[in-house]
Amino acid sequence: MKPPPFEYYAPTTVEEAVAHLAEHGYDAKPLAGGQSLIPMMNFRLAQPAILVDLNNIAELSFIRPEDDGGLSIGAMTRHQMVEKDAQVVERAPLINETMPKIATSQIRSRGTFGGSLAHADPSAELVAVSVALDGNFKVVGPQGERWVPANEFFLGLFTSVLEPEELLVEINLPPFPERTGWSLMEIARRPHDFCLIGVVAVLTLDEKDQCQQAKLVYLSAGDGPVEAHQAAELLKGQALTAEAIQAAAETAASADIDPSSDIHATAEFRRHLANVLARRALGEALERAISNTQ
Amino acid sequence: MSDLFDVAITVNGILYEREVEPRLLLSDFLRHDLGLTGTHVGCEHGVCGACTILFDGDPVRSCLMFAVQAQGHEVLTVEGLGAIDDLHPIQEAFWEAHGLQCGFCTPGFLTTLVPFLEENPDPSEEEIRDAISGNLCRCTGYKHIVDAVKLAAEKMRA
Repeated sequence: MKPPPFEYYAPTTVEEAVAHLAEHGYDAKPLAGGQSLIPMMNFRLAQPAILVDLNNIAELSFIRPEDDGGLSIGAMTRHQMVEKDAQVVERAPLINETMPKIATSQIRSRGTFGGSLAHADPSAELVAVSVALDGNFKVVGPQGERWVPANEFFLGLFTSVLEPEELLVEINLPPFPERTGWSLMEIARRPHDFCLIGVVAVLTLDEKDQCQQAKLVYLSAGDGPVEAHQAAELLKGQALTAEAIQAAAETAASADIDPSSDIHATAEFRRHLANVLARRALGEALERAISNTQ
Repeated sequence: MSDLFDVAITVNGILYEREVEPRLLLSDFLRHDLGLTGTHVGCEHGVCGACTILFDGDPVRSCLMFAVQAQGHEVLTVEGLGAIDDLHPIQEAFWEAHGLQCGFCTPGFLTTLVPFLEENPDPSEEEIRDAISGNLCRCTGYKHIVDAVKLAAEKMRA
């Protein structure tokens, strides 16, 4: 199908874009890479009266190393650019590993880092990864800017804290702590398709190689990214034996998440996958954490 | 109808100046306004890959862009890849290795593969299958397509 008519603006600065959004409120939608919004418009599931195209705002496309060892990524930086960037490999290895798993090359050449987050799709890899990495989101509106931690940004299905007149402009990733390992695992019927379920694990070890901090964040397991708090709590301060990891994975799958059934998989099957994936992801994260201490 | 926008878009090396409605998809602009019907429209929601074109050298879904967004940019479609008596090596390879049956999906495969093979001159089968995972073919079962990509890589290395 074809999208319904809309008014089109293509500002070249954030200020101008925010002014358009402030003027039109809920009638307007920002257009980032368009790899989710345009399909929704083609199906007429979304019919915004006004599109504010962000693709000509050069100031929103950047990858900037920070003095503290972290990394900042502009919201309109295309996935492909993040995927191929050497600073991302060095400073945010989990992001580097995530990029090729996002959709297909034809989507990554156009889709944007911030667009994927602002869309708040619970099956999007970056949504879960940004929570697992304690990312911070810079949001600009008519009243100025504010910073929102990733774990407070996502409110539910395709819903974030962004007000209609606000733009996500930058994502800050804190420095990757030493003795830290990571893993992203997902199961999809076809490679690069939306996954049935997936999980991100980030483990930091203390000097005695015990778990100092664990993060386990699921994608496609609820209306937003789902943090497995109980499982993480079980691991904290523990030696990461196979038994401890197994117990945490079982807790995550049975107590922390509440997946639903659909035509692709039953809730029961998703719980089974959640358990298996958590076990594997924690195992891989542990191996990497150990090799990062040597 | 919403306002019309003037666009100047270079397609296959030729500058086209047209007036477009903002909602006009780039795929429809290529097919209907320019008559370049080699770009095929399958699913129109970014899944099938038939409408893949090169946008400033990168493979993109032309059904997931508006023509107005291509203002000032360069597009390459399958028509710009080779001529009937001077095929691109990837086209030759698809022909010789039977990499197509009905041909509907083929333009999308070819355009996807141009930058892939330029960046990966000697890809493994796994890399090839990953590269074409965003293009659906309902005829071939992909076996001959993978063979064609291997042959194309050989031709391009020669």
